[in-house]
Amino acid sequence: MLQDAERKTLQDTARRLRERIIEVTYSCGGAHVGGAMSQHDLLIALYYKYLRIDPRNPRWEDRDRFVLSKGHGGVGHAVILADKGFYDTKLLDDFNKTGSPFGMHLDWLKVPGVDVSTGSLGHGLPLALGMALGGRQQGRDYRVYCVMSDGELQEGSVWEAAMAAAQFKATNLTAFVDRNKLSLDGPTESIMALEPLDKKFEAFGWRVLSIDGHDYDAICEAIETAHAETGRPVMIIADTIKGKGVDYMENQTAWHYGGLDNDMRDRALASVRRMK
Amino acid sequence: MAKAQGLTWTVEDADSMTQAEVYGEVLTQIGQQNPKVVALTADLAKSTKIGRFGEVIPERFYNFGIAEANMIAVASGMAETGLIPVVSTFATFASMRAAEFVRTDLCYQKRNVKIIATHSGTSFGTAGTTHHCTEDLSIMRTFAGMTVIAPADAYETARAVAAAIEIEGPVYIRIGRGFEPPLHKSMDFDFEVGKAIELREGTDVTVIATGVTVVHAVEAADRAREQGVSVRVLDMHTIKPLDVDAVVRAVKDTRRIITVEDHSTIGGLGTAVADAIAASGKGCAFKKLGYQDQFSIVGYPEDLLHLYKLDGDGILEAIGLILKQDFEQDEDWEDEI
Repeated sequence: MLQDAERKTLQDTARRLRERIIEVTYSCGGAHVGGAMSQHDLLIALYYKYLRIDPRNPRWEDRDRFVLSKGHGGVGHAVILADKGFYDTKLLDDFNKTGSPFGMHLDWLKVPGVDVSTGSLGHGLPLALGMALGGRQQGRDYRVYCVMSDGELQEGSVWEAAMAAAQFKATNLTAFVDRNKLSLDGPTESIMALEPLDKKFEAFGWRVLSIDGHDYDAICEAIETAHAETGRPVMIIADTIKGKGVDYMENQTAWHYGGLDNDMRDRALASVRRMK
Repeated sequence: MAKAQGLTWTVEDADSMTQAEVYGEVLTQIGQQNPKVVALTADLAKSTKIGRFGEVIPERFYNFGIAEANMIAVASGMAETGLIPVVSTFATFASMRAAEFVRTDLCYQKRNVKIIATHSGTSFGTAGTTHHCTEDLSIMRTFAGMTVIAPADAYETARAVAAAIEIEGPVYIRIGRGFEPPLHKSMDFDFEVGKAIELREGTDVTVIATGVTVVHAVEAADRAREQGVSVRVLDMHTIKPLDVDAVVRAVKDTRRIITVEDHSTIGGLGTAVADAIAASGKGCAFKKLGYQDQFSIVGYPEDLLHLYKLDGDGILEAIGLILKQDFEQDEDWEDEI
């Protein structure tokens, strides 16, 4: 269990940055706001409690690596990196504009704090595995974290990497599934069913932890369990809500991607401000 | 001697070693000298000869099983940490099965990964079309930032592998199955990525060849010379960046150009040379030899090169044809070059 003060700090930070996601989604004309909200608490826990990073030295060799395999959640990642001090948050005013470093999917060559360029689904887990094996090969003690969407698990390369991570016992790799159960066209289970997901990863040689992806006590306990695991890579399947925090977006396929007018923005902000 | 950077190992007897075996030995020696080099394969350690690295340096050797897309992305991640991954599998899988991973994870992300693609063209002839690869030069040269090399023999492969390690960024090296006849007599020749090697001087026709076809181009040129035709032969081992100067000089000096490649005539060496000729603004007679929008059939590699007119006989025939081909003369050439 987290201390009350720490839990409250994480929740306050999450709420404040959910508001930023809404502001950027409003100003940039449209973003993958639903998935940015579902992944958000996982990223907040990592960036504000666990990741060993230095915003003044984004390419520090011994830093922990973070791979947002669901690259379309880039708007949520960008807001957090700005808040951590990797760059001026005012740069996000130009999000999506021609020539801006910031667009739907973040590019490590343009955005400080981003370790790999993602966007094409099914790449993040093998990229993260490469970083994990590269660190071990060179005797470095950093950890690698990877957040995948649930829909992207339909890509075969995820399972190629899942096999390889178990084969090479990549225990310095911790992966998450943002299990919001909705992809662009609708429910994952009616499009191409993923369940029983925990049993699939277990069969592939992973230790699997299933948690509530919006409960900071559960998220932090799972990450610390993953840190203590010595035999297998750990997959944390985080049960999440697409659009979490914005009442009219929650569990709505239509909010996979969207733009906001003034009224929508105000209602979204009001909804987020009512969160714990 | 124009020695490759850092390479002290020398091919002693290329007649008894295949192109792939030579590359396996060279890479192993590079690995012994450079602890950042790691070797990756996809259940083709034996076939590609990268397994030699694994025998000598097992702690830096990774076999990812039959999963090429994963292997390429993992290599990208490893490169992010400062390693220099060298990935080896068959050309058909490296360039097509894993194409989007090569493009997005290696080229777009500017990662320092080397691909050694074996069994290219029809070098694995009896395996049939699934294992032939006549599209990879075309695919790889469209990826921004990719260096593309097709060495002519084992000696050139050794030089290319050593040179690739010195290049910061992704490199695709295309070799055959390994039973190709040697072109050079030793490793001692000038080799520079992006610089064609002029193997024969000539003034009537230039044959620009790459990979396994270079040795056949030399044979055709020597036979043509006996008939009184002066044929220049360029070993265009680097497809990208192309030696545009060598192409334009050939246009100027010989005005008749034939390209030869164990590859489709769409998008590979022939297309790259055609682009350079067109950009020069000068007319010349031009012929592309390769697979003409077709899938190659099953057969022994030497038979297939003959069938598709990519061996000495076929190139000699093309030389005869291009000598009869008309093209528009450009009177202002000397003023502009």
